[in-house]
Amino acid sequence: MEILKVQNLTLTLDGRKILDNLTMSVTAGRIHAIVGPNGAGKSSLAYTIMGLEGYRNIEGDIIFEGESIKGLSIDERARRGITLAWQEPARFEGLSVRQFILAAAKEKSTDAVKQALERVGLGPEYINRAVDKTLSGGERKKIELASILAMRPKLVMLDEPDSGIDVMSLENIFGAIKYLKQQGTTVLLITHSPVVMEHAEHAFLMCRGEILEDGPMEKLLPYFKGNCIPCRHKNQPELNGEFPI
Amino acid sequence: MSKDLSKLAGIDDVLHDPETAHLMINLNKVLSRNDIPGIEIQTEELSDGVSIKMVVKEGAIIKKPVHLCLGITHTQAVQRILMDIIVEDGAKIDIFSHCIFPYGGDIKHIMNATAKIGRGANYSYIERHIHSPKGGIFIDTKTKVSLGEGARYKSDFELLRGRVGEINLDYEAECDARSVVEMTTKISGSGDDIIKTRETAYLVGEHSTGVLNSRIAVKDEARAEVYNKLVARAAYARGHVDCKEIVQGRGSAQAIPIVEVAHPKAHITHEAAIGSVDTKQLETLMARGLSEEEAVDLIVSGLLGA
Ligand SMILES: Nc1ncnc2c1ncn2[C@@H]1O[C@H](COP(=O)(O)OP(=O)(O)OP(=O)(O)O)[C@@H](O)[C@H]1O
Ligand SMILES: [Mg+2]
Repeated sequence: MEILKVQNLTLTLDGRKILDNLTMSVTAGRIHAIVGPNGAGKSSLAYTIMGLEGYRNIEGDIIFEGESIKGLSIDERARRGITLAWQEPARFEGLSVRQFILAAAKEKSTDAVKQALERVGLGPEYINRAVDKTLSGGERKKIELASILAMRPKLVMLDEPDSGIDVMSLENIFGAIKYLKQQGTTVLLITHSPVVMEHAEHAFLMCRGEILEDGPMEKLLPYFKGNCIPCRHKNQPELNGEFPI
Repeated sequence: MSKDLSKLAGIDDVLHDPETAHLMINLNKVLSRNDIPGIEIQTEELSDGVSIKMVVKEGAIIKKPVHLCLGITHTQAVQRILMDIIVEDGAKIDIFSHCIFPYGGDIKHIMNATAKIGRGANYSYIERHIHSPKGGIFIDTKTKVSLGEGARYKSDFELLRGRVGEINLDYEAECDARSVVEMTTKISGSGDDIIKTRETAYLVGEHSTGVLNSRIAVKDEARAEVYNKLVARAAYARGHVDCKEIVQGRGSAQAIPIVEVAHPKAHITHEAAIGSVDTKQLETLMARGLSEEEAVDLIVSGLLGA
């Protein structure tokens, strides 16, 4: 069953086409990877699906559970069950981890907060810490993920969930992603890392604002690992001497 | 009457603890007090207020915070508080001051304070205001602090409950060698509130340190003017000014940071952020399902520590 459909989506920023007539169909209940090189437009696609400021003036459509969400605000989309974890999560002066996770949580209890923290490998001692600059980048990412576990969304876009995470903690992150799937959440992993890609079942290969190809992860992984050579970009002959990918 | 004040301040328990010093004043009358060893307190009733002189004896370590409750239960009154505190060498004291003006109208609270903190002494002062939600309160408070060698002074001013009315706040400190000063002001204004704050520190001794923090939120037609001045005149003096003001609705805010360095081995940094709440913070919370208004409230409450 399809949970999300992006149809002929074009996003133009400062006169540049960042997303170019992009179409994709996301099957519910699975872990998908959106892979592509730096600057491919992966984060922009996620921001557009979430409806962030500056990413709302689009051509094409975004259909979630059969309905267009193009006209909805961020919080309306979130209440439908869509959420996003930023590549670099925001920091909040004076806000405790507990307040931050509770704000997102379906079940408003300290136990729910503790459980979510535990799933990302953080102990209960984090509950009263502030979600500010005193947290390390990796800790901050884990707390972001914990808040999403507590929210129990239908669809989550995780933008580079491994960035800033140490090798030991990566297992916690992948464990939490698996848990999201078990809970019925559809996961979109945004990454340029083949290691992260391996945790997906299905992958979208993105380049220059387009989805070049999609299919089972195993099928796309070797090509992506080989730096997408040969380049399958349909516009390649018109690159004007630019280096492909 | 005194019950109203202590209840609003949330200090009912404290007033019954024989080991906690307190002084409770309504307008110009001392309603209750408790003295403990190590502190000498003298009070004098004035026609329009109270003069308080406090000495914390050399080396005295006051374990439990001393509570001052300064209230006005009238709807029209002027209260003048003169407070001089001497914290002698090596002494340590925390004072928690509750300023409770629950029935606004035409209320003026004027405070003139001085503090002399001896060598190696430690003084922390928290002033928390609770005002009438109706406004009509005018606050004018001046505090001058001198820090001896190796002394520490920390002040936290908080006006988050009720309407501000109009406030003029002025804290100034002069810091001797190796002393540390940290001042924080948190005020939330609405309606036609007028907020003027001034925090000044002169780092005149070597290795002295100063941090000036302001956290102000204004909405409706409220206006804020935040003036922070940090001057370093000695080697290895270090300082930082950090001002955050959140403006909503038709509110307006100004920040005037003055940092002055008059020694080549001194160093001061300064950061200020004024305006709407941070977009990424707002969008993060909205992406978790909070409405814009709920998200702004949560961000502001965090910033103000409310
Ligand atoms: N506001 C903007 N205005 C103009 N160009 C932008 C803007 N935001 C992003 N871009 C450009 O859009 C392209 C896609 O950026 P995006 O951040 O979506 O890429 P990405 O695939 O997430 O890359 P990375 O792997 O580095 O995170 C980049 O070339 C970027 O420079
Ligand atoms: Mg990106």
